[in-house]
Parts: sequence; C-alpha cells; structure tokens
Amino acid sequence: MTARYSFGGDEHIFVEIDEAMSLTAFFGSISMAKAVRESGIRGVTEICPANASLQVRFDPDVIAPNALLSELKALEAVSASAEKTLATRIVEIPVFYDDPWTRETLMRFRERHQEPGATDLEYAARINGYAGTDAFIAAHAAAPWFVTMVGFVAGLPFMYQMVERPKQIEVPKYLRPRTDTPRLTVGHGGCFGCIYSVRGAGGYQMFGITPMPIYDPAQRVGYLKEFMIFFRPGDIVKFRPVGRTEYDEIVAEMEAGRWAPTIRTADFSLDAFEADPAGTNAGLLETLHGH
Amino acid sequence: MAIEVMKPGLSTTVQDLGRPGYYHLGIPLSGAMDRAALRAANLLVGNDEGAAALEAVFLGPELRFTADALVTVTGADLPPKLDGQPQPGWTAFRVRAGQVLSFGFLRQGARAYVAVAGGIDVPAVLGSRSTYVLGALGGLDGRALRAGDMLPLGVPPRDVAKGRTVPEALRRPAATPAELRVLPGLYWHRLTASAQASFFADTWKVAPEADRIGYRFRGGRALDFVPREQPFGAGSDPSNIVDSGYPYGSVQVPGGTEPIVLHRDAVSGGGYFMLGTVISADMDLIGQMQPHTPTRFVEVDMSAALAARDERAARLQQVRYALQT
Repeated sequence: MTARYSFGGDEHIFVEIDEAMSLTAFFGSISMAKAVRESGIRGVTEICPANASLQVRFDPDVIAPNALLSELKALEAVSASAEKTLATRIVEIPVFYDDPWTRETLMRFRERHQEPGATDLEYAARINGYAGTDAFIAAHAAAPWFVTMVGFVAGLPFMYQMVERPKQIEVPKYLRPRTDTPRLTVGHGGCFGCIYSVRGAGGYQMFGITPMPIYDPAQRVGYLKEFMIFFRPGDIVKFRPVGRTEYDEIVAEMEAGRWAPTIRTADFSLDAFEADPAGTNAGLLETLHGH
Repeated sequence: MAIEVMKPGLSTTVQDLGRPGYYHLGIPLSGAMDRAALRAANLLVGNDEGAAALEAVFLGPELRFTADALVTVTGADLPPKLDGQPQPGWTAFRVRAGQVLSFGFLRQGARAYVAVAGGIDVPAVLGSRSTYVLGALGGLDGRALRAGDMLPLGVPPRDVAKGRTVPEALRRPAATPAELRVLPGLYWHRLTASAQASFFADTWKVAPEADRIGYRFRGGRALDFVPREQPFGAGSDPSNIVDSGYPYGSVQVPGGTEPIVLHRDAVSGGGYFMLGTVISADMDLIGQMQPHTPTRFVEVDMSAALAARDERAARLQQVRYALQT
C-alpha cells in the first residue's frame, strides 16, 4: 500500500493511506501519525490521524512545504515496517437502543429519510439483511468497535466494527442532514458508527442513546475532570444494551457523581485479529469482564 | 473593571488568536475570523496582539463601561458611537466610566473587533479565551454574549496614548467582488476536467449560511465527478470519501453543488471530498465577506500561496511599525 500525498493549502499536508476503509489502513494512519510525532520535525504544529488517512498541519515559515513532504515520505517506510500492535483500552458503553428521544427526533425529520415509513433501526436492519431490529441490535452490540477517528465536532468518535468486511453494517446517511440530533445519540453512516458528543446537526442514522457523557467542557463529570474529551483514536468500544430502567439509574448515578464506565487495558495485534477475528474479540471481552 | 452588555448584537463572541493543539480531537482553532484586524485592534490599545477582544458580526452590541478604558474598533466598517457621538474606526479612543459604546449600521465588511486595553479577561480554557460555540467551550460560558452579561477586563500591560490610528493604506478593505485564491489538491482528481474548469470560471455568491464554521457559496454550475466504483466505507454519493480530516480553508462540495470553505470553527473531519484549500493569506478576507458577495475562486500554485503569505506578514510588520510604542 503506497500513500497518496497532497497539500491542503500552504499549512497542511494530507496523507491518504488508502481510499477504502480497513483496519489495515487505520493502522497505517495511526502508526504514521506516531512516527511523525516521534520524529519531532520542527514546524509541525498538529498531527490528526483519521480513519484511513492523516493530516499534518505545519508552519511554512518554519519548514518549506516540499521539505516536510520529503520528511513524511521517508517516515512512511519507517511506519510501514512497524509492528501492527496497539497497547490500548477497552471500554464498555451502555446503550438504550430504540429510545424515545432519538425516535422522537427521527419522526420529526422523516421527509429527509430514504424510507419515511420505517424507523432508522428498521431500515438499517432490513438493508443489512437482518430478520428484525432485535437481531440487528444484537449484532451491533456483539462485536467490539475500534475508535478510528475523533472529530467532526469536539470528542465525537468514529468507530469501525471489528468484524470481517461482509459482516460490516453499512447504511447511507440521511438524504438531507437533520438540523437536530440528541446529545449522545449512537449513530451510523457509511461503515462508521459514532456517538454524537453534542446536540446538533447530523446525517447519520440514529439507533439509540447512551447515558455516558463523552465530552464535558465544564468538566463536572468525574471521569472527564482530567481532560474534557473521553475518546482517543485506538480505543476499543463494546456496547451493552440497557433498558429504560437501567438507563435512568445510570443517569441518576452520574448526576450523583458515582458512575464511571468499565475500562480495562488491552493489547491488540492486527495479525492475530486477521487470523482469528472471533477468537481475538472473545479474548478482548474476557479482558473487559475481568476473567 | 468590567463591561456591561446592554444589547448583545447579532452574534458577538470573545475571540483571541485561537486554541491550537486539539484539532485531532475535534476542537478547532477558533479565534478571530479576521486575525489581522484583531492584531491591529490590540496593538492600538497597547495589548499583546493575541489578547481577547470582541468579534461582532453584521450588527454591533451596546456596551456600558463601568470604568475608564482605552478602546478601538477595527475590521468591518461598523461605525462606533460613544454616547451617540461618532468615533473614528481603526483609532484608539478614551471611554469614561458610565459611557455607552454603540454602533451604526454596517457599511462594509462583516466582522468588527472591539479591543479594550487590558483585554477581555474571561478564563482561558485549553490555553485560549476564544469562544467555540458548537462545543460550548471558552469565551463567556461557551456562548455568544447576552444582554445583562458582565465582561471582566484585564490590567492593561502598558499605557498608550489615545488617538493612535492605523494608516488607511494598511487597513485591508473588504472587496466586492471578492477573489479567493485556491490551491487545488486533496481530492481534486475526483472532478472531471470540465468541472475543474467551471469551478474557477464561474462567479459564485456567498450564501446566507455563512458563519464561523464555514462559508457556503451558490450560483456556479454543479460539478461532475469522474465515474468510479465507490471505495468501501466511502458512501454511495460520488462526492463522498472515507471520512477524513478537513484542513482549515478546505473547499468541500457536498453533492457537487454548493462549495463550503471551512473557517476557524471548522468541523475537523467528515465524509465529503475536498477540491482544494483557500490559501492562508486569504482566510482573513473570508471573515469580512457578507452574504450575496459575488466571489471568484482563483487557481494558484504553492509558490504563489507562499508569496501571498509573505506579503501578508510584511503588511502586519508595517502595522506593528506604525503603532510601535
């Protein structure tokens, strides 16, 4: 795989690892981001890894654009030979699927949807070949997800499910974006899951809502006191379906300052995963549940 | 020492030179849309160039001062008035405790910068006082000003005289029609040759959806894409890509119809192809463009982009020289 380089104006270099999404491309992105960070090239001001690409922002008064381009190309070879392993963490995130708030919102924007007669869950289940929404939710919550990019708005994770390509959930975005999405909506567009960190516009299909804040500029939430954004690229997420009662309990515990997500450290190897996806995922879930 | 907000204006926010370092987590730079005007405003009142000031868009606020202060208004031609008396723009003037600063109707440009000696002393968040409204971060409670707000002022770092002014020649006026220089790149190859040509040939107009996140343009011909089988994960529309980072100034064209230039409060990434990037030297200009401004995009290469950047830096040096204390 050879990366494609392009200048984004006079202050950015864009590096496309691959046109298509894959865990291999994602590992290419984060390992190159790491190589650029560790190289400490003068004039590099920000390094932004994304799903299958990365962006390097620089100050052209400090380093000439072509000089930086050469340095990045040299680092590509270094990162390509890097071990495809990651010391990371796995987080369990409760999700209230088919909740009343996203349901109310999706009904308000029905005329912007591909299938106005169905809910987003019913539509996604049907076009992905599931017998019904229960089977679809079970698949969504069964295998873990990689956080492959953080952004769009503050702290929003893009997530890629750790399953073989034929099992990937794929849905189009709304025909026209909504002007409203509840905060903490669990959504999906293309092959990516997301959690909306703030209320606002959005085009992803809406499947449910989590009671777990992931961005808190006021830093009142206990686990966000150290830093206001929860996710980092490379985090692994496992969703756990909860009903209304447990959702309300978690919200109440959160407000009392007593709730925190279950987080465990985890080691991930891309080669091991590709050899045995189901076995690797089972191992990750054992780690999560402390076995 | 404080300022009482009597009327907030349309959308007045506290801004400085921004909050670099968190774009990889979706928190954009923010800061003044017209950075040169902010720097000049701060220099006029004796502040450091990056002190926090107020950015008012289209319609000015009404502000009552609780203490004497040295004040200036730069950027858009939004005529300042002190207790109803007209004051010159781009000039430092003295305000006495109890006086009210208000504004006439906008004559030219879009964003005015109101700097006060000592700066607006809201708490710095992640190293900046800039307001990022979408993330409810920074500024005054992460939002635009409201009537009744009290804005704390800092201690002036140095005393400077009233009446100092930025020479006319160094105040870059907003131009109509506007020209924005673009370096093609990113996913430029996705467009057909005729679309690449029409993008630069057509006259576009700033759409009403133009804010700190981005400026949308309408009126040019729709852009056609080179046919391809969409890569896995990119989405079905030919304008879609696998979600990537978005450079500041990058020009995305969802569905090939209406270009959007991302600005200081940019969404940091997403799934729309970008055809190139407005050069850094022209980003300030965008902040002064009103809706309906006829606009041409002009193709440039990297050496022209860097020459324009140098020219802009030289102009800033001249402003510093003119105002040195």
